[in-house]
Amino acid sequence: MFACIYAPELSADFSLTEFAYNFSPLVEEVRRGMVVIDVEGCELLFGSAYQLANEVGQRAKKSRTEDGLESEVNVAIAGNPDAAIHAATRLKGITFVSPGEELTCLGAFPISALDYSLINLEKKVVDEILETLRLWGVRSFADFAALPVAGVSERLGQTGIKLQQLAAGKTERHLRTKQPAPVFAHSFELEHALTELEPLSFIFARLLHQLCATLNAYALATNELCVSLRLEDQTTHERKLSLPYPMRDHKVFLKLLLLDAEMHPPQAAVRSVSIACEPVKPRVLQNGLFVPLAPAPDKLELTLARLAKLVGEDNVGSPTLLDTHRPDAFTMKHFTLDTNVRKRRKAGSSRQRVISNYPSLGFRIFRPPLRAIVQADQGWPTQISAWGKQRSVYGKVVNVAGPWRTTGDWWRDDSWARDEWDVTLERSGQQTLYRIYREIKTENWFVEGNYD
Amino acid sequence: MKAALSKAQLESDIASRFGDAFKLQRARAEKTVVETLSSGIAEIDALTDGLPRGAISEIFGPASSGRTSLMYSLLAYATTHEETCALVDTNDVFAPTAAAVAEMDFDRLLWVRCAGNLEHAFKATDLLLHAGGFGLVILDLGDVPAKDARRIISSWWYRFRRTVEDRPTVLTVVSEEACTRSCAALALEMKGHHPITVNRRGHYPRLSA
Repeated sequence: MFACIYAPELSADFSLTEFAYNFSPLVEEVRRGMVVIDVEGCELLFGSAYQLANEVGQRAKKSRTEDGLESEVNVAIAGNPDAAIHAATRLKGITFVSPGEELTCLGAFPISALDYSLINLEKKVVDEILETLRLWGVRSFADFAALPVAGVSERLGQTGIKLQQLAAGKTERHLRTKQPAPVFAHSFELEHALTELEPLSFIFARLLHQLCATLNAYALATNELCVSLRLEDQTTHERKLSLPYPMRDHKVFLKLLLLDAEMHPPQAAVRSVSIACEPVKPRVLQNGLFVPLAPAPDKLELTLARLAKLVGEDNVGSPTLLDTHRPDAFTMKHFTLDTNVRKRRKAGSSRQRVISNYPSLGFRIFRPPLRAIVQADQGWPTQISAWGKQRSVYGKVVNVAGPWRTTGDWWRDDSWARDEWDVTLERSGQQTLYRIYREIKTENWFVEGNYD
Repeated sequence: MKAALSKAQLESDIASRFGDAFKLQRARAEKTVVETLSSGIAEIDALTDGLPRGAISEIFGPASSGRTSLMYSLLAYATTHEETCALVDTNDVFAPTAAAVAEMDFDRLLWVRCAGNLEHAFKATDLLLHAGGFGLVILDLGDVPAKDARRIISSWWYRFRRTVEDRPTVLTVVSEEACTRSCAALALEMKGHHPITVNRRGHYPRLSA
C-alpha cells in the first residue's frame, strides 16, 4: 500500500520529505508539497493503513517543535502510487482507496485531471489524445476506463493504453525513492589530545571502517585519501594518500595511513581526526591466461609503503631517464603496474627481448664518484689510486682507451665538461675495468664506476 | 637372516609387493620438471636451462667478470616478458643509463636503493618476497666486501629459500664470493680471466660460466 501526502498550503521553509521520513524510509518526492510513501510493513508502528493516515494528518497539524508541518494535509492511501496521488490531489482530508476499487473513488474525476507526468508522457502527445477523447464524449476517468482496450490501442496506440491504465488506477511501478546524498568524509573529535600513534590507529580504524562501508554500499572505491589532523597548537596536519588503483579495503588503508603517519608524524598532540576520500568507480580488470603473475595491487602498495619507510621514499620506485646527455641523469617515479598488456604493447613499451649471445655491457656506477690521484705523465693514465668510505681503487694501468670528451648545459651553472677514459687496472693478478674522467674546469680526476 | 639390505633389494621387494603403484610413483618423481626463467643469454641457458623458479640462484665472481652484464640480461629478458622484477641495490650502483642500452623495460622494474646498508637490503628482499607476484627479485651484493658477505647469517638464506619455494619467483643473489651456501639451487661462477679489450664500440668482457 502507498500513501500520498499532499500539503497544498505548505510554507516554503518546511520540508515535506523530512516529515514523511517519520513514517517510512521509502519516500518519493513527486513535487513540492507532495510525497508518496510506502506504508507496507508499518503496521507494527502505526497500526492499520487508515490509522497511519490519521496519524499523518494529526501530526501534520502540530507545530514545528513537535516535528509537525503547521498545515492541513490531504492523505490518500491506495494500492498503487499513481492512484494515491490522484486521490490526494482532488480529495481533501483522509481517503482510503481499496485495491481493485480505484474507479469507485477516482471515476468521477474529470479527464483533464489526469497527471500524465507520472508516466513520463510529453504534453503535446497527451493534449492530442485528450482532444480526441473530448470529441468522443469522454469526460471522466470512469468514461475513459470503460472504453475497450483493443479499440483504444487501435486508435490511440500504446500512449492511449498507458493513459487509460492511469485513469483506471491500475498502473504498476516502483517508488522513485529519494536517497540521502552519501557522505564520504568522517571526523572524530577527541576529548583528550593524543600524543602517540597507537591510540590514533584505533581512531583511524573506526573512521576508515565507516568510510569503506559507505563506499561498499554504493559499489564505489577510492584512489585518494585525505587525512586532516587538528593539532593542539591550533595548526592542521594534512596528508594526502594517492593510490594507483581504486581500492576499498579498510585494513589496507589503515596500514598505509599508519606507515605514512610514522614517516610524517604530526608536530603536536592530535585534537581531532578527519578522513575524507574521493569516490571513484572500482577497477574492473580481466587478466589474461598467459600473462605472468603480478603482485596484488593492495599488497604491492603496502610493500612499497613499507620499503619507503625502510629505505626512504626517494630510494624506492622505477627509474626514468631524463632527456639529456648528462651522465647518470635519471629520476625515480612511483612504481605502478600497468597490467593491460594489450595497451602496453600498442604503446610500444613492451618489446620482447630475444635471447642473444652478446649481452650488453654492465656498468656499476659509484655514487658519489671516487676522487682519484692519477699519474698521466705520458698523456694517458698510468697509475691510479682512489679511496672512498666503502671502496678503494688503485693499481697499475695495463690497458687504456680514450679520451672521450663530453660537455653539456654550458649555459647553466651546473654545466659539465670532462674527458673520459676506460682503463684496465691490474691488482694482485686480477684485471678490472674502470671508467675514469677528468673534469676540465677543475682538472680533478674521478673514478665513475667499473664495467662488469 | 640378513643384517642389512641394499637399496636395490628393498626396491625389488616393494615392487613385488605393491606392483605397478610403486613404479608409477617413481616415474612421477623422475618426471618432475623445474620451471625456469631464461637468462637472456643463449650460452648460459645452454649450460643451466635457465634460472629455476621457486629457488635461489647465485651469480658470483670478481669485479669485471660479467656479473652485472648477466644481471642486466636477466632483467631485460624478464621485464620485456611481462614479469614484474625487483632489484635490491645494496650499494646503489645500478646505472639506469647503462641498463637502458640493454633494452630493459623500467616500467616493470622496482628499484630499491639501500645506500650501503646490508640490513636494509635483506629486509627489503624479505618484504618483496613476502609480497608475492614478483617474477624476479635480484639482491645485488656485488660491492659488499667479501668479509662482510661471509658474515651474513645463514638463517636469512634459509628464510629466503623457504619463502620462495612455493612461488614462481626467481631469487638471484649477485655477489663477489659465494655466500648463500647450500641454499642456492644454482650457482654461477663468473671468471673474467681472459684479456679484456677496452673499447666502448661493440666489445664486452668475455664471460665464462
